[in-house]
Amino acid sequence: MKNSKSSQRLLSSPYIAWAVIFIIVPLCMVFYYGLTDKTGAFTFENIAAIMSAEHAKALWLSLGLSLISTVICFFIAYPLAMILANMNVNQHSFIVLIFILPMWMNFLLRTLAWQTLLEKTGVINNVLSFLHLPSLNIINTPYAIVLGMVYNFLPFMVLPLYNSLVKIDPNVINAAKDLGANNVQTFFKITFPLSIPGIISGITMVFIPALTTFVISNLLGGSKILLIGNVIEESFTQAGNWHLGSGLSIVLMIFIIVNMVASAIFDKDGEGSAL
Amino acid sequence: MIRTTAKKIYIALIFVFLYAPIATLMVLSFNASRTRAKWGGFTTKWYFSLFENREIMQALWNTLLIAFISSFIAVIIGTVACIAINNMPKRSRAVLMGVTNIPMLNADIVTGISLMLLFISLGFKFGLGTILLAHITFNIPYVILCVMPRMKQISPSTFEAALDLGASPVRAFFKVVFPDIMPGVLSGFLMAFTMSLDDFIITHFTKGAGVDTLSTKIYTEVKKGIKPEMYALSTIIFITVLLLLFLVNKAPKEKS
Repeated sequence: MKNSKSSQRLLSSPYIAWAVIFIIVPLCMVFYYGLTDKTGAFTFENIAAIMSAEHAKALWLSLGLSLISTVICFFIAYPLAMILANMNVNQHSFIVLIFILPMWMNFLLRTLAWQTLLEKTGVINNVLSFLHLPSLNIINTPYAIVLGMVYNFLPFMVLPLYNSLVKIDPNVINAAKDLGANNVQTFFKITFPLSIPGIISGITMVFIPALTTFVISNLLGGSKILLIGNVIEESFTQAGNWHLGSGLSIVLMIFIIVNMVASAIFDKDGEGSAL
Repeated sequence: MIRTTAKKIYIALIFVFLYAPIATLMVLSFNASRTRAKWGGFTTKWYFSLFENREIMQALWNTLLIAFISSFIAVIIGTVACIAINNMPKRSRAVLMGVTNIPMLNADIVTGISLMLLFISLGFKFGLGTILLAHITFNIPYVILCVMPRMKQISPSTFEAALDLGASPVRAFFKVVFPDIMPGVLSGFLMAFTMSLDDFIITHFTKGAGVDTLSTKIYTEVKKGIKPEMYALSTIIFITVLLLLFLVNKAPKEKS
């Protein structure tokens, strides 16, 4: 499809225009608001606001909880992805079952359902008491938030891992075994290194939404636990302080950019093995 | 044998984990008591009162309308963009793909507030229109993600052959290229539709007062307590999609 330059331009211009207006310009506006005060004068105050005790606490808590959730997601997802990659499952129906179908039940309702499951007299505790096991009281604690994060973002870890594992040529693994490597050696020398692009994009896809969520903490953490996402959301919708909210978003974007650079380094195709 | 059983149990446990809340919601939709906390006996009354609840019906209509229009427009812009990107020199292609990845990799909250700031400064009236623009924006990358791999697989010579045989470029595209990328376009549409339907965060920041989608309606109801009709509606939607998927998977097998 080698067309003339002009038709080429004609085809690409709608999307380029869209991307500039609705992706690039809005991000520039976040920077503009984040770096100015109400009078429009340049300031670093909104970014420095992250240092205040309340905001720093929210940021550390968010970082901690999202790191824990990412690690848990990784350790749950890796074996699952390996099992599925070796099973010759129909890839399409697997993606639909694990990823698409649950989304047709609203994400807020699904997260709220965990309240019903986790409550003091909820389903899980009824089952536990029936089995004479100690009850589980994690609702409105950081543990419940971690559970909500793992629940919501697990598919985002499974899919990239599965995609990178399924691409591995079985001959490479057979060769390693022929050369005398046992299962553990084959895993650490062959399978694991070859799945690193999937791991990186899985980590990005879980860590970023977990770090920035305000919904999960709102629904499962009671109203007492503030994450950095809650602080930003409130500064926009309740306090009406867009400058502060934008400044804190810039801080978040630093983490996002670090993550994007890391995934760009490991994902050399530049196509994103995300889905 | 033990290993395969262990594997099956592991997969089963994860499916229980992913589907337990969905099952819970379905059970709640038959709960006669208005609160989530206790079981008041079996009832199907919420499935009837649902259709008399004008607010929920309006929110459902808004949600479906936005999901449909936004994914339709995103499919058109995204597919055209894929043709263009596919023919681009390597450098500009890498830049454009990088920009395309931004809405996917960026946090939803940042995308949401950045669009909100844009709409405010452009003086747009917040409502269905702003939600629609926001949804198209985050849907396009998913379309490109689905169509691009298909586009790469097709050989440019078939298109050129069609041109040589006298087809106009548009005709050649629809007769030769489009059938090949069709599965990608369809899955892009499905993905975009699903993402739009399930989105809360970006809608939360770009909606106007008084305009609600199901997500934002649920969010405002959280503190007052979710109306049981909402569980009934989600159950209906979920079961419908499940049946549709089942039929779609069944159909080609019967043919062959």
